Amino acid sequence: MTNPTSSGRLNMRLGYRFNLVGVSALGIILLWAGVALFAPQIIPHSVGEIVDADYFGPMSRDLWFGSDYLGRDIFSRILMGARYTLGISLAAVSIACFSGVALGMTAAVAGGWCDSLLSRFLDALNSIPSKLFGLVVVAAVGSSIPALIATLSVIYTPGAYRFARALAVNVNTMDFMVVARIRGERLPYLIASEILPNILGPVLADLGLRFVFIVLLLSGLSFLGLGVQPPYADWGALVRENIGGLPFGAPAVIFPSLAIASLTISVNLLIDNLPRRIRDRSAE
Amino acid sequence: MRGQVSSLVVRRLLIALITLVIVSFAVFFATALLPGDTATILLGQSATPEAVEGLRKAMHLDDPAIIRFLRWIAGLFQGDFGKSYANNAPVATLISGRFVNTMKLAGLTAAIAVPLALTLGITAAMWRGTLYDRIVTVGTIGIISVPEFMIATLAVLLFAVYLKWLPALSLTNEVKSFHDLVRIYAMPVMTLTFGVSAQMIRMTRAAVVETLNTPYVEMALLKGASRPRLVLRHALPNALGPIVNAVALSLSYLLGGVIIVETIFNYPGVAKLMVDAVSTRDLPLIQTCAMIFCLGYLALITAADIIAVVSNPRLR
Repeated sequence: MTNPTSSGRLNMRLGYRFNLVGVSALGIILLWAGVALFAPQIIPHSVGEIVDADYFGPMSRDLWFGSDYLGRDIFSRILMGARYTLGISLAAVSIACFSGVALGMTAAVAGGWCDSLLSRFLDALNSIPSKLFGLVVVAAVGSSIPALIATLSVIYTPGAYRFARALAVNVNTMDFMVVARIRGERLPYLIASEILPNILGPVLADLGLRFVFIVLLLSGLSFLGLGVQPPYADWGALVRENIGGLPFGAPAVIFPSLAIASLTISVNLLIDNLPRRIRDRSAE
Repeated sequence: MRGQVSSLVVRRLLIALITLVIVSFAVFFATALLPGDTATILLGQSATPEAVEGLRKAMHLDDPAIIRFLRWIAGLFQGDFGKSYANNAPVATLISGRFVNTMKLAGLTAAIAVPLALTLGITAAMWRGTLYDRIVTVGTIGIISVPEFMIATLAVLLFAVYLKWLPALSLTNEVKSFHDLVRIYAMPVMTLTFGVSAQMIRMTRAAVVETLNTPYVEMALLKGASRPRLVLRHALPNALGPIVNAVALSLSYLLGGVIIVETIFNYPGVAKLMVDAVSTRDLPLIQTCAMIFCLGYLALITAADIIAVVSNPRLR
């Protein structure tokens, strides 16, 4: 008697994939994505325009988040900053995960010396602390936006590789892989059609986590003055610019930090509240 | 049986050594890529070409990169870290004092963070699913998700701006009493402790929860053991390996954290020295600082791996 009801509830739960926390986290992420896309249309003031005679002004009806160290509108600057923070991080995480996952699956399927060589090399890269790596490389090749994207993706490729390889090694031992090999399928087919669909869920969850790491590292670099350079400013750079307002408790220091926190916390909460089916990891 | 453990440990140490070679290679060539010519920078824009040429010869800058790399490695083994380009002082003397300062900061943080994190992590696992556990879990996610500079700026805002208890900057040269010590170290240590313990709490909780899900713990529960007894007496001894592993891994987070914290609080440590060296393009200094950081990081993650191997009873 209880059986139909409990299975019905189970189906409903699978249909409604997310709980309340997950939905609100997704909402905030989509909001920021929308802001990043349409920032030039929705900013109330131009980002370079000095709109306040006073610097580090308080919150007001006209300047929602107050003004910065030159008297520019912080609200508009944060909306525009979303483009840099989200754009650079998204580009870097896509490259890092694409190359990491492709290499990881190749290593797992190919095995042998190819696997050990790749693993040794990428593990060695992984044992350089990420912030230090960023500091040295950005100082070496400069902080243009393409260079930042390249640096960030190189730093996070080894992690994505390690994760994908651990998952792919498990799938590689399955019977259907043996069948596919006997059929004479080649490496690209094995990777794309046999392994990838079986590890996609955890890989996407991992991509989300890595996105958070990249946002944090990018903000950290920008905060040290090595990230996005003026006249452009991401959220980390906005905090750096306005750090002088800290002794006055200026909103210009606090709101860019809050913007970073709202994005990263939302992504983490979304991943934590994904249905088990997607998130479950056979590795790590 | 014993042989298996020791061979795994030796293997891990060997891997660490190979990694160190690759890392030193990466550090050397990344810094060799730094833009601008060192001799020109040292002598200034007005130097004559002959002077620049002479200095380049004296510093062996014209040698191929691989020769310079080997010479650098050989120097490191003999304790010769080279001379700083900026003020011509030996790198070893520049770093030694700074290194002690950074170790003090790291040691203090570890001394506070480890007991704090273990207590919170284990108790959160013990009362899993309760409001207390929810608060600890959400709190740690929150702290892990925000950049270190945000924790630091919030700490400055709260304790230096609103409450006016502490100074906003650290200057270690004026420590005369315990009171001074607290005033100077409070905020850097607090910022680092937040980050380190958040990682540690999560990993400790996960390790204990995993052990609690095993059948023998269920048996103990059925036997009628109380919750604290279940965790402390039955689960904890088996979770000890993963927990120590978690402690070592979380401490490696310190290495990234100090870079931001020392910069914000103007703390005279190795990380601040390195950030300054990057802006003055002081190659020997950057290389040595980077090697110190990589060595510390590698030591911690190798220790974590070895502890995981040694504490695994299946390998014994």
